[in-house]
Amino acid sequence: MYGGGVLGRGLRVLGRAIRDEPVTFTFGAVGSVLFALMTVASAKVVGAVVGTVAVPAISTGRVATGALVLGAVAILAVSLLKIIGIFGRRLGAGAMQYRLQARYRREVTARYLDLPVSWHHRHPTGSLLSVANNDVESAYMPIAPLPFAVGTVTMLLAAIVSLLVTDWVLAVVGLLVFPAVFAVNVVYSRRSAPLQARAQRLRGDVAAVAHESFDGALVVKTAGREAAETERFAAVSADLRDASIAAGRVRGLFDPLMDALPNLGTLAVLVVGGLRLAGGQIEVQDLVGAAFLFSVLAFPVRAIGWVLGDLPRSVAGWERVQGVLTATGEMRYGTRELPGTGAAALSFDDVTFAYGDAEPVLRGVTVDVPAGRTVAVVGATGSGKSTLAALAARLVDPAAGRVTLAGVDTRELSAAALARSVALVPQVPFVFDDTVAGNVALDRPGVGPDEVAAALALAQADGFVGALSDGADTAVGERGTSLSGGQRQRITLARGLAGRPRLLVLDDATSAVDPRVESAILAGLRRAAGAGTTVLVVAYRRATIALADEVVYLDDGRVVARGTHQELLATVPGYAALVTAYDAAEEVRA
Amino acid sequence: MTAPVGTWATLRRGVALSPELRAGLPGTLALALASTLGKVAVPVAVQQGLDHGVRASGGPDLGVIGLVAALAAVLLAVTVAAAYLMNVRLYTSTETALAALRTRTFRHVHDLSVLHQQEERRGALVSRVTSDIDQISRFLQYSGVSLVVNAGQVLVATAVMLAYSWQLTLLVYLVFVPLAAMMPRFQRWQQTAYQQVRAAVGVLYGAIAESVVGAPVIRAYGVAARTRGRLNRAVDDYRTTQYKAQARSVVITTLGEGASGLTNALVIIGGVALGAGAGRAVGIGGGLSVGELTAFVFLVSLFVQPIQVFTETLSEAQNAVAGWRRVLDILDTEPDVADPAESGRALPAGPLSVRFADVRFAYPGGPDVLTDVDVALPAKSRIAVVGETGSGKTTFAKLLTRLMDPTGGRVTLSGVPLAEVPFADLRRRVVMVPQDGFLFDTSVARNVAFARPELTDERIAEAFAELGLADWLAGLPYGLDTPVGERGEHLSVGERQLVALVRAAVADPDLLILDEATSAVDPATEVRLQRALDAVTRGRTTVTIAHRLSTAETADEVLVFDRGRIVQRGPHAVLVAEPDSVYAKLHSSWLEQTR
Repeated sequence: MYGGGVLGRGLRVLGRAIRDEPVTFTFGAVGSVLFALMTVASAKVVGAVVGTVAVPAISTGRVATGALVLGAVAILAVSLLKIIGIFGRRLGAGAMQYRLQARYRREVTARYLDLPVSWHHRHPTGSLLSVANNDVESAYMPIAPLPFAVGTVTMLLAAIVSLLVTDWVLAVVGLLVFPAVFAVNVVYSRRSAPLQARAQRLRGDVAAVAHESFDGALVVKTAGREAAETERFAAVSADLRDASIAAGRVRGLFDPLMDALPNLGTLAVLVVGGLRLAGGQIEVQDLVGAAFLFSVLAFPVRAIGWVLGDLPRSVAGWERVQGVLTATGEMRYGTRELPGTGAAALSFDDVTFAYGDAEPVLRGVTVDVPAGRTVAVVGATGSGKSTLAALAARLVDPAAGRVTLAGVDTRELSAAALARSVALVPQVPFVFDDTVAGNVALDRPGVGPDEVAAALALAQADGFVGALSDGADTAVGERGTSLSGGQRQRITLARGLAGRPRLLVLDDATSAVDPRVESAILAGLRRAAGAGTTVLVVAYRRATIALADEVVYLDDGRVVARGTHQELLATVPGYAALVTAYDAAEEVRA
Repeated sequence: MTAPVGTWATLRRGVALSPELRAGLPGTLALALASTLGKVAVPVAVQQGLDHGVRASGGPDLGVIGLVAALAAVLLAVTVAAAYLMNVRLYTSTETALAALRTRTFRHVHDLSVLHQQEERRGALVSRVTSDIDQISRFLQYSGVSLVVNAGQVLVATAVMLAYSWQLTLLVYLVFVPLAAMMPRFQRWQQTAYQQVRAAVGVLYGAIAESVVGAPVIRAYGVAARTRGRLNRAVDDYRTTQYKAQARSVVITTLGEGASGLTNALVIIGGVALGAGAGRAVGIGGGLSVGELTAFVFLVSLFVQPIQVFTETLSEAQNAVAGWRRVLDILDTEPDVADPAESGRALPAGPLSVRFADVRFAYPGGPDVLTDVDVALPAKSRIAVVGETGSGKTTFAKLLTRLMDPTGGRVTLSGVPLAEVPFADLRRRVVMVPQDGFLFDTSVARNVAFARPELTDERIAEAFAELGLADWLAGLPYGLDTPVGERGEHLSVGERQLVALVRAAVADPDLLILDEATSAVDPATEVRLQRALDAVTRGRTTVTIAHRLSTAETADEVLVFDRGRIVQRGPHAVLVAEPDSVYAKLHSSWLEQTR
């Protein structure tokens, strides 16, 4: 899949970059061309000064002071223009590179936010981070020297012209050396592309292992598996090391070859120039100028090498970035608003859902939650409760059947309408690196300080929040590491309540909270939910179930029974066994 | 060019920590020198060719020119070969060194206590072993190589320049020495800009990680726009700081270019004057041929090039040194919970008893979260720990498993101070099931066998059966080989906890600590597990951080925590009868919920 195409694909990436950033590129390129022309000019000036001032002065012992000073001034002037060129080139290239990286970081992360939860499930966090961080960086690595390289190409053309003006035979030397530079580059990029791609992929693997291992640090520590984890990490870093060395070998030959080519040109000029001089076709100064030209070109010519050398990695990065930007499976939102006000009815109509190609986790589920009512979903671990909750909040779409809210298919609702009317409080709390209040409000319109305070009180979080150093304005740190699991859960609960949702979905959202706190939360919820909220609650505890008007009993992805708690207790043995398990256990002990 | 002491100290420490970097260094440097000699060959060839070939008396001597050019071409070929070998050696030694440094840093992160691990942002820890080390590697291989080669080139160019004309060489140094003297100041100026870049990139990576990890919540609350706003701000801040750093580096580069132009002008004036005999007139001698003057101008460009490369790579060097410093900072953080290893004392065989003697714990700079905990737990007893969130239960468990060390007092297991138990022994004998049943992205079987990789699938299946979970296992699409997904996300939270429990059961510990490990399992499964655990815990000491008071009811003894103190202890039946006690209140609200 690599090979000949890399150069072409790489050049297309560069072409696209130039189209994206025409102004900064032009700025950089103009600076580079100025720099390039002045580099050629400096050779000309040095050649001229040696030929017209130095040769007679050294031969005769008399200095033409005026011409010498003029020559020195010319050298300084050329140098000054070169400096201006450097400013244009580097600042232009920098602006271009950084703007492109910023632009694609924005696009990639925006895409992450657009792609549905099911897509996120399929892609490891580490590799998604790597695309936004490293791949965007790699994709635009060759941009930094790009204007320089473009300038160098100009410089090479100018050099050829300058040689042609001097002597066509000397120009032939240039015409042989410069294409050789390109040839070496092309061979290099073909050889190194697969090696670079492999190293880049392994770099992602190293990050993924580190990410997972540090995430599970507590388990690693308590199991005493630090050494085994280190071995696992050492294995991927050894692979990366070997891949990098393999890529380095190729690059290690390429760089000195690129250095040597212009020098070979200088020697060729010496030989060919000697012949032409013997034949009287050129002067000494022409030979000196031409030889000096190849010598000053040695450095800039490498810029072409830098661009081409980074191309394979750039292509690899770019393709991974494109993989995200063109990822399909985006969840499309409709345009409809949710009709009416107050509590919204929720219904699942013959819903089937499967994760990927696996067995369906929900089959033909039909459940109605009338507006303003509370329905509890009860079922054994793995029976599909959390999936039902995710469907209600439209984190995922059903494979068959439909989910409606106030009679409207959730797929037809606009994103804003969904977010405004439905709140899901997940099992595992996620808090942002923000203040407590920021985490609750999430800058949603209509959620001001008063709503935040009320929601925190309702979630029984006002006590510990009040005890924090800055109260609700205390920053919680990345992932809320400064809080306990129960505290994080109460903050996310407050977040769900604060928007006064028309449908509240609680996915076992009080599991890490103490019984006393939980009963206070539930009491508050009972009072608050009366005011226009439909509630779907995934629950185990009887107190939570008692909150519900109706219970839906799920087993192995199907609705087995529904009715009031008392009805189910009396008529469904499986349900009774599940929710009375504590009593049964106590009886056994008694 | 000198750099601030901090930079050199960092580099010295960095190299000292990676002896692989120095392995074969003399050979590599010899090759670097050889590769530079080839470059000098070209200007010398030009001089020889001009003076003895082109300007030979009696017209150009093509034989001399051909010979000189051929010799130089051979030297050039040697240069390419030497440079190739040098590169291969450098790539090999740097990659080997950095892979080792990566692994070492990785291990050190795991050796840090949970306290330190929590302080650092997780993304930041990951970048210590990824991007920071990549920075160092890029620097050592590209800029680092060129720094070595270029330093050699400056030396060789100087030597050859001196051979042609010490007077002109002096002129060259008159320009460049002040420049070199000014460099440190500019370097510091640039360094501050790069520090801002690093800070901005930290914020950026944090924001990106949040948008990926929090994707479901962002979607559920429709706060994509807000998240996007934050991301974009972080992206733009990063860009702005990068640009500022770039601008400063350009200023430094142009200083080099300016100096080079000035030098060329001075050399031409001085060279022509010397060539015309002005030197002899003022008594400093120094006659110069046309070839020598030309060669000198060539040599000046050979001398100036590396200086320009120095300034161009300075920025990369700054980045790399900053990255290296961060890696060293991690390695320099002493794990505050240290493994006594061989010098420690092994725990006596059999079930373990626990003693907390006047234990106190406070997070650094914070108030006590655990005060005056003085308690003895007999071997084989089953203890339940209850209390409200923040009452110190989890801290108690962390001290018991030595994830942290107490601020005051001490913890002993069967009479052996916990701090003296080698980790290998401790982790085998004392197992904790943390609240969050973290699973690795592999199969169910490998997750269960995490602490004991030698376990066979048969044994693992048996363990499931012993815990009454055979039917759950049978319901998985691929049984034991079912992949659990990243962080176990293909399983529900309750199922993850089941796997974590089986993991603890097969570890066969003498002291088992369960931290609310069954909070998300449905009651039927929990009761099932509870019965199985009854069997598993028999004959061992078990401490359960009980979140459901049904656990406390069956315990031999209950420890009730309140605001960092043990306020009640005793069997359930006794504690619940104490009117208005903390435990009685907890219990009545528990009843309210379950009945």
